[in-house]
Amino acid sequence: MTEHLRVDRIACRAHGLCAELLPELIELDEWGYPILAAGALPAPLRTEATEAVSVCPTLALRLTTTRTTASQ
Amino acid sequence: MTGTTLAAAPLDTHHRLLAGWYETGTPADLAAHLTRHGPAPLDVYAGQQGRARLIDEVDRSGLRGRGGAGFPTGRKLRAVAQGRRPTVIVNACEGEPVSGKDHALLTLAPHLVIDGAELAAHAVDASEIIVCLHDGDRLGRVLAAAIAERPAGPAPIRLQPVPPRYVASEESALVNLLNTGDARPTSKPPRPDQRGVGGRPTLINNAETLAQLALVARYGADWFRGTGTQDTPGTTLVTVTGAVRKPGVHEVACGTPIGHALRLADAAVDAQAVLVGGIAGAWLPLPFAAQVPLAHRELADTGATLGVGALFVLPAAACGVAETARIVRYLAGESAAQCGPCMFGLPALADDLTQITDGGGGAHLARRLAVVEGRGACRHPDGAVRVARSALHTFATDVRRHRAGHPCIHIGQSHIPLLQGNRSIR
Amino acid sequence: MIGLWYVSRAAGLLALVLLTGTVVLGALTGGRASSAAWPRFAVAALHRNLSLLTITFVAVHVVTAVVDGYAGIAWLDTVLPFVSVYHPFWLGLGAAAFDLLLALVVTSLLRTRISPRLWRAVHWAAYACWPVALLHGFGIGAGDTQSGWGLVVVLACLAAAIGAVLWRVGTSHPDTQARSGVNEKAWSGR
Repeated sequence: MTEHLRVDRIACRAHGLCAELLPELIELDEWGYPILAAGALPAPLRTEATEAVSVCPTLALRLTTTRTTASQ
Repeated sequence: MTGTTLAAAPLDTHHRLLAGWYETGTPADLAAHLTRHGPAPLDVYAGQQGRARLIDEVDRSGLRGRGGAGFPTGRKLRAVAQGRRPTVIVNACEGEPVSGKDHALLTLAPHLVIDGAELAAHAVDASEIIVCLHDGDRLGRVLAAAIAERPAGPAPIRLQPVPPRYVASEESALVNLLNTGDARPTSKPPRPDQRGVGGRPTLINNAETLAQLALVARYGADWFRGTGTQDTPGTTLVTVTGAVRKPGVHEVACGTPIGHALRLADAAVDAQAVLVGGIAGAWLPLPFAAQVPLAHRELADTGATLGVGALFVLPAAACGVAETARIVRYLAGESAAQCGPCMFGLPALADDLTQITDGGGGAHLARRLAVVEGRGACRHPDGAVRVARSALHTFATDVRRHRAGHPCIHIGQSHIPLLQGNRSIR
Repeated sequence: MIGLWYVSRAAGLLALVLLTGTVVLGALTGGRASSAAWPRFAVAALHRNLSLLTITFVAVHVVTAVVDGYAGIAWLDTVLPFVSVYHPFWLGLGAAAFDLLLALVVTSLLRTRISPRLWRAVHWAAYACWPVALLHGFGIGAGDTQSGWGLVVVLACLAAAIGAVLWRVGTSHPDTQARSGVNEKAWSGR
C-alpha cells in the first residue's frame, strides 16, 4: 500500500497552510498555490501529512491510498 | 464467432466515413444511409453474449478516440459496461476553432454517428443517449431531423445544448452540465466512466469515434486494421486550414504523412510551420513536419499530438510567436477560473509571449511552463503549455531575434480565427 | 450548593469571552491573516484550540447551572429552547446557542469524514451562534452583565467580534476576486 498526497485543484484557495506544515513536500508557486513533490508519501512524514490534510481550510488536500500490485 | 455474419467490407481503404459523399456529393438521409451501409448490426450482437462480443470486436480493432485524447475505445466500453444503467453521451461539440471535422461528418453522415451511439448504448446496456451540441449550432436542426427519421433504438436519444465555451465540452464538464446545469469541469476522481450522469457510469465519445465504431461493428476488427498503423489503426478526419488554397475536411488513413494532407488542401509551398492537433496542440516546422505520420505514437515522439486531427498552416509572412501569444491569451480567456495555476498562470504565459514579441525578455516563461503544467483539474492548462513550449522550439530563431531587441513586425496580424464573446483576439 | 451557581455565572462570562476569541480567530483564519510570528497554521490551530476550551467552559457553565438546583433548570432545558421555568426566553437563547455550538464542534471533529459542503454550511452557523450567545449572556446576566465590569466585558466582546467581521469583509484575496469575476450565465444551461 502506498499513500499519495493529492490536491483538489478546484477546492484549493491558496491559503497555504499545507506548505507551512509540510515544507519538505509542498512549496507554493508565485500565486500561492501548492506544488506537490512527486512520488509516494515517505513514511516518516506521515504524521505531518495527516496534520496538513486536517488543517486545510477548504479540505483540498487529501491522502489517497493505492494498493500496489505485483508488477509495481 | 458462430451466428455472426459481418457484412462485405467496402474496398476503399481511406474513404470509409465519407464513403458515398465523394460519389453523390450530397448528405445521406436515412434511406441513402441504409442503401450504403445497411442497418446497424444490433441483431448480430444480440443478448448478453452479443454485447460482450461487440466490446471484444471494438477492443481488437484498436480504435482510439478521435476527440483529442486518443483513449482506446474498447477499454472505455468495458469500464462503463460494468456499471448499472449507464448513460451514453455523444460529444458533438466542436469548440476547437480550427477544426470542422465533426460538423462535416454530422452534416454528411449523421446516421453513421447515431448508429455508433446506438451500438455503444447496446454494448454497455445504456438507459439513454444524450447528444451534446453547442447552443446555437445549426447542426441542431440537422441532428434533430435525423433522430426523428429513425425507428426507436436500444435507448431513447435526446439533444442537449451546451454553452459555447471551449472547455464546456470536456468530459467532466458535460457530466456536470447534465447533473447541475453548470458546464464547468470538475475534479477527478471520480471519473465519468465510474460516476457520471446521475451518479451512474457514463460513456462519452466523440462523434467521429462513434461513426468509426459503427463501421467496426459492421465489417469487423480485422477490416478496420486493414489501414492505418499498428498503434493508430483505421482512418481519421483531418481539417486543414490557414495558408491553403483548398481549406476543408479530408479523410486519410492514419499514418499518412502530414505533407499528404497539406497537398490535398493545396498548402502554400513556402509555409513555415503547421499547428498540429488544434490550437492547444503543437507547432511543427516545415518542411520537417511534412514527413511526420498522422498517428499518435509518431506525433508524440516529436512532442506534438494528433488531437482532433486539425492542421493549421502558418504562412511565411507571419510570426509564430505572435500567433501563439494570441492563442494562449484566448485559452486564458476560456479558463473556467476554478484552479489557481490556470486562472493566473495562463494570462501570465500570454504576457510572457507578448513580451517576447515586443522585443523584451519573457524570462519567466520556461520556468512558468513547468509550474503551470499538470496543476489544473482538467487538461486545459496543459494544452496552453504544450502549444507555448512547441512555439519556443519551432520558432526559436524568431524568439532569439525578438529577445535580442527586435520587436515583431507581424504584431497586429491575426491568422488563426479566435473569437471570444464577440471580440476577436489580437 | 449555592456556590455552584456563582461558578456557573463566572464560567458563562468566561465562555462568552472565549467564544468571542474563537469567532475572531475564525474570521482571521478565513481572511488569511498571518505574520512572521504567527504563520497561518498557527492562527488556525489557535482558533481550533480556543474553540475546544470554549466548549469546555460552556459545559462547566451548563452543568453547574443544572446541578446547583437554585433556579430549577432541568437537563432538557439546556438543549431545548424556551421550555424552562427560569427566564424561558433568555435561557432559551442560551440553549439555542449551545445547540449550534454542539453542531459546530461535532462536525469539526468529524471534518475529514463528512462532506465538505455540510461542514461549511454548519460552520457558517457560527456567525449565528455568537450573537445568540451574547444576547443570552446580556439578558440572563441581568445586573452582572448590564452594569459595571460585566457590561464592559460584554461591550468589549461586541466590539471585537464586529471589528473582526468588518476586517474579514474588507479583505480580498486574488483567488476570491478571480472566482467571483466569473460570469455564471456564460457557463449555465440545461
